[in-house]
Amino acid sequence: MANDSQATPKKLIEVKHLKQYFNAGRPNEVKAIDDISFDIYEGETFGLVGESGSGKSTTGRSIIRLYNPTSGEIKFYGEDISKIKHKDMLKFRREMQMIFQDPYASLNPRMKVKDIIAEGLDIHHLVKNDEERDARVNELLDLVGLSRDHATRYPHEFSGGQRQRIGIARALAVEPKFIIADEPISALDVSIQAQVVNLLRDIQKEQNLTYLFIAHDLSMVKYISDRIAVMHNGRLMELSTASEVYDHPLHPYTKSLLSAVPLPDPMYERNRHRKPYDDSIEHDGKERSLKEIVPGHFVLATDEEVSLYQASAEEYNEK
Amino acid sequence: MEKILDVKDLQINFDTFAGQVKAIRNVSFHLNKGETLAIVGESGSGKSVTVRSIMGLLANNAHVDNGSIDFKGKDLLKATPRELESIRGNDISMIFQDPMTSLDPTMPIGKQVAEPLLIHGSMSKKKAMARAEEVLELVGITNAKNRMKDYPHQFSGGQRQRIVIAISIVNYPEVLIADEPTTALDVTIQAQIIDLMKELQNKIETSIIFITHDLGVVAGIADRVAVMYAGKIIEYGSVDEIFYNPQHPYTWGLLNSMPTLDTSSDRLYAIPGTPPNLLNPPAGDAFAPRNPYAMQIDYEQMPPFYKVTDTHYAATWLLDPQAPKVEPPAAIKKRQEEYHQLVAEGKIQSSVKGGAKDGE
Repeated sequence: MANDSQATPKKLIEVKHLKQYFNAGRPNEVKAIDDISFDIYEGETFGLVGESGSGKSTTGRSIIRLYNPTSGEIKFYGEDISKIKHKDMLKFRREMQMIFQDPYASLNPRMKVKDIIAEGLDIHHLVKNDEERDARVNELLDLVGLSRDHATRYPHEFSGGQRQRIGIARALAVEPKFIIADEPISALDVSIQAQVVNLLRDIQKEQNLTYLFIAHDLSMVKYISDRIAVMHNGRLMELSTASEVYDHPLHPYTKSLLSAVPLPDPMYERNRHRKPYDDSIEHDGKERSLKEIVPGHFVLATDEEVSLYQASAEEYNEK
Repeated sequence: MEKILDVKDLQINFDTFAGQVKAIRNVSFHLNKGETLAIVGESGSGKSVTVRSIMGLLANNAHVDNGSIDFKGKDLLKATPRELESIRGNDISMIFQDPMTSLDPTMPIGKQVAEPLLIHGSMSKKKAMARAEEVLELVGITNAKNRMKDYPHQFSGGQRQRIVIAISIVNYPEVLIADEPTTALDVTIQAQIIDLMKELQNKIETSIIFITHDLGVVAGIADRVAVMYAGKIIEYGSVDEIFYNPQHPYTWGLLNSMPTLDTSSDRLYAIPGTPPNLLNPPAGDAFAPRNPYAMQIDYEQMPPFYKVTDTHYAATWLLDPQAPKVEPPAAIKKRQEEYHQLVAEGKIQSSVKGGAKDGE
């Protein structure tokens, strides 16, 4: 989202050499996240795209500490949160909230909407009495475009889009600074997706929120994000501004991913040329890390590959 | 063009505790031999119910109150369960949405693929297994010979969907119904599956009904498109006509609310509101309450189909000669301009000017 040209954007999240292994040390070890580093600036929307199994959801869940990272650092406003426990966790979870993918599974079917939304208020003791609580719930319902008399209903009475609005209201209740949205619209119908995306953008402007937007729908991610990271096999392949990644992709994986996106344009589809990706180039045993190819545009590369990528970045400029 | 399937005036209602849901309200369409027809719509629009009725797979509380489904001179709605059984999975077969749940986890995949052959009969087990192996090769399962005895969990999501496709084509059906076959898959896998379906269509000359809500996928696979809303088809035409020269405001809204890779405006166009409740369907155009172009008559009377070209029809009062001329949204106008240019350059056929297609 438009980064209103603040002079030096502040780093809200710093992820450094984060590793998240499951069943570490055992034969069935899974390296879900394998040494990734990136920053998220205050007020921006950072898009994380990748296919299923790429580790994008795990990244979101590690940042909000639903997992204990295997190694590496996660800094929130400069403070390392990768190892904090219990009491401190409560404090920082007020600042960081999550919107989940499945609007059917992420709301407790036996709770009324107002109790779902106010659960965070109760946990953090943010309201003194029932009137205050109800007033805050009503405020939140207004904000996400639901009606106030929805407060006493149960989740099953709502459509998918409405449920996602309830999930958004719940996340906003504790006035967080940072929201992780894990595929928040992929379970919704096309016409409803646009409504929810617009809502997320409006709220961001109003409350100066920062988003980590995780998704596989590349056209929507491009639309909503300021910067985008492409993830594959637990590693970041490429990171840059949304338009750079889409218009000037450098890594072959990003190119392949973009070439597979279906667009609502029959002529384009008839002439579409898919670029298959051969991931054996990742397994040649060479050390790779994110290297800045042109200012602000990073690609996973060896030292030698940097000049190759620079050359292809040049080609884009000439065109 | 030969019609292989002809659905007429289909009306399906569901009995629920809350009352009768009018899920399908007078739907008619046909499928030409060898083509791919895409049915597009949101959840609840009735697209899945429509095709399930073709397969005789409706839920117990559903009843067909009117209509006919003509397949090779036989009305499938009047067929006996026995007759249906011999057609289902043989002449007409279906690919289901979720590759994770539509395979039997306890049966080796070779046997699952051969099953339709054994059920429909005339083939020895040995021959059936050989054909199953052949078809698995065809859908791109590498080393199929050695994987016949493997179980579904040993395959990835994309491979499982290939196996599901293998099951549905093993009898070389004349009609293949694909209900959101790529929705659960990643874009790269989705692209492969779509390429595979096109390739198979060429090889085994099947006709496909493709159901999806993803307009990008439709643009890539369909010859013709029918758009459904609230239990009715509201617009149909060739893929170019629907994407470049849409007429119904709902089609405009759908096309407009998807960001293309060059959308950069501040807000996405969002269709306001939600679809109507089909317990009490509205009297007029069901889209009227969400339609910024709605006129008084939209709330009162159901619009008939107006002819745009020989192959393109839309049910909207905007096409009535008495209706005021309206400006479609900017993005749609851009599409229409592109359409006229493409027609002028001869890159796509227009059935008005060229008259090459005789259509209906």
